[in-house]
Parts: sequence; C-alpha cells; structure tokens
Amino acid sequence: MASPLISNPEANSDRSRESKKKKRKKTANQNNQDHTKWKNRAEQQVYSSKLLEALRQVRRNQSPASGSSSEVPLRGRAVREAADRVLAVAAKGRTRWSRAILTNRLKMKLKKKKPRVAVTGNPRSKKHGVSILRLKEKRLPALQRRVHVLGRLVPGCRKLSFPDLLEEATDYIAALEMQVRAMTALTELLSVTGNGPGTEFSSNRPTPS
Amino acid sequence: MSSRRSRSRQSGNSRITDDQINDLVSKLQQLLPEIRDRRSDKVSASMVLQETCNYIRSLHREVDDLSERLSELLATTDASSAQAAIIRSLLM
Repeated sequence: MASPLISNPEANSDRSRESKKKKRKKTANQNNQDHTKWKNRAEQQVYSSKLLEALRQVRRNQSPASGSSSEVPLRGRAVREAADRVLAVAAKGRTRWSRAILTNRLKMKLKKKKPRVAVTGNPRSKKHGVSILRLKEKRLPALQRRVHVLGRLVPGCRKLSFPDLLEEATDYIAALEMQVRAMTALTELLSVTGNGPGTEFSSNRPTPS
Repeated sequence: MSSRRSRSRQSGNSRITDDQINDLVSKLQQLLPEIRDRRSDKVSASMVLQETCNYIRSLHREVDDLSERLSELLATTDASSAQAAIIRSLLM
C-alpha cells in the first residue's frame, strides 16, 4: 500500500524541510531517539484511526468467507499483521525493527505463491543441529544467550551490536505498549458501539466514556 | 582470556565499554514495569535482559489476544457509516 509520505509531493517537501530542521537539532544526539513519542496521545490517535482503516480493508477482503468458524484464527492473524504494519509505518522508518516488519511483509507476500518445498528436512541433520546448538549454549555466558534471545524477539535485530540492539528494543517496547493501548481502546469502542447493550463478551463496565 | 575482550569481539563492535552497557541497561530498566518498582541495586544486567524478553513476549501475547477479539468484533459489527463516524469522532 502506498505510504502517505510518498503520495503528497507538496506535503513531502514541507515535511522534509521540517525534518531537516529537526535533524539538525538531533544530530547532536543521534543515538538518543525520542521514545516518548509513543506515549503521546496524538500519536496514539493517529495510530488508532489508521488501524481502523486498515482493519476495514481486512474485513472487506475477507467478507466472502464470513461465517466459517475455521477462519477465526486466520482473521486474528490478519488483524495482527495489519496492526504491526500500521505500527511500523507510524515509526516513519527511523527504527530498524519497523523497517524489518515492512520488508518481511513484502517477502511474505512474494513467498505466498511458492509453496515451501522442504518443510520437514532431514531428521539426521536436525539431530546434529540440535546437539551442536546445545554445546554452543553451554559455552556462551548467560548474558550472551539472553542478548541473542532478545535479538530474535525484536524483528530485524538478530545481528545487531549490543548497544544498537538495546536502543531498538527500547523503542520497540514503547511502540508495543502504545499498540496495546490503542487496540484495547478500539476493542472497547467497537464492542460498545457495534453490538449494542446486550452483548455477552464485551467487558462488564458500567458506562463507557 | 578476559571476558571483556571476548564479549566485544563477539558483538562485532570494536569498543563497547562496560559503562556504556550499564548505561543502556539502566535505560531499559526504566521501561520494565516489573523492575521499576523494585530496588535498583539488586538488579543485574542479565536479569534486566531476561525481564525484557519476558515483557516483549507478554506484549506480543496481548497484541495477539486483542487481534483475536478485534477480528471477532469486526466480523459481527456492521461497519455502517454512522458507526464509523461515531468511532472517528471519539478517536479524534
């Protein structure tokens, strides 16, 4: 989908001027990214509205297959992917994890058409792989191991240096928290306005507002 | 073999001081709700990393749960234009 930054050339030039000014101020603290922007109320609202739009698109794409119970986990997956994509776009490409999410999306779309040929692989080679990993794990100190796990959790950060990884993880956590807040609010809104007063699975709260 | 040298070689960067690491770890520590409430002198870097991984995993799970609920709500909600307008006005 076309990102809003590309579609408006005029707005782009204005934004580039602003961003250049901001960049000049920030070159002094290049490593210190502004993580507090994820706590900004306005940022969350922008995210919520964009997410809503993306979710409506998801729903439109899936409407012919509505009503089948087997679709539920797939729909949840689609919602999750849309939420992650909108979150990555909200990061405006400044962080590695956001770029990784977007490029992974692209790779998944391209790979969908080709089914994976070797899924199971050789059982013998797997056993060797596992035993070699175990040896390596014993030799790595606990800190190194944890850093590795963290690198796998944050998208696109497996081979990053330690300080960069911590930087990315900090921003990623803040962004995830905002994502949770926005999606919770959206869920509550939809459960109130969508289904009316007598719903079973909406949370029992006296008055929303 | 000193552990400092081997650590810096394995991470790929030539010079990462321990102070830098401690500084970053303390920054990360501020984000974690688990550790913020505890006393800071008892917390090791390893524990901060462990808590970070756990926290990210729990956030992922929350997002997955919310996605499930949202997908159910989307299926049942009739996204008429009136409701969309209500939602937009409430969001902005």
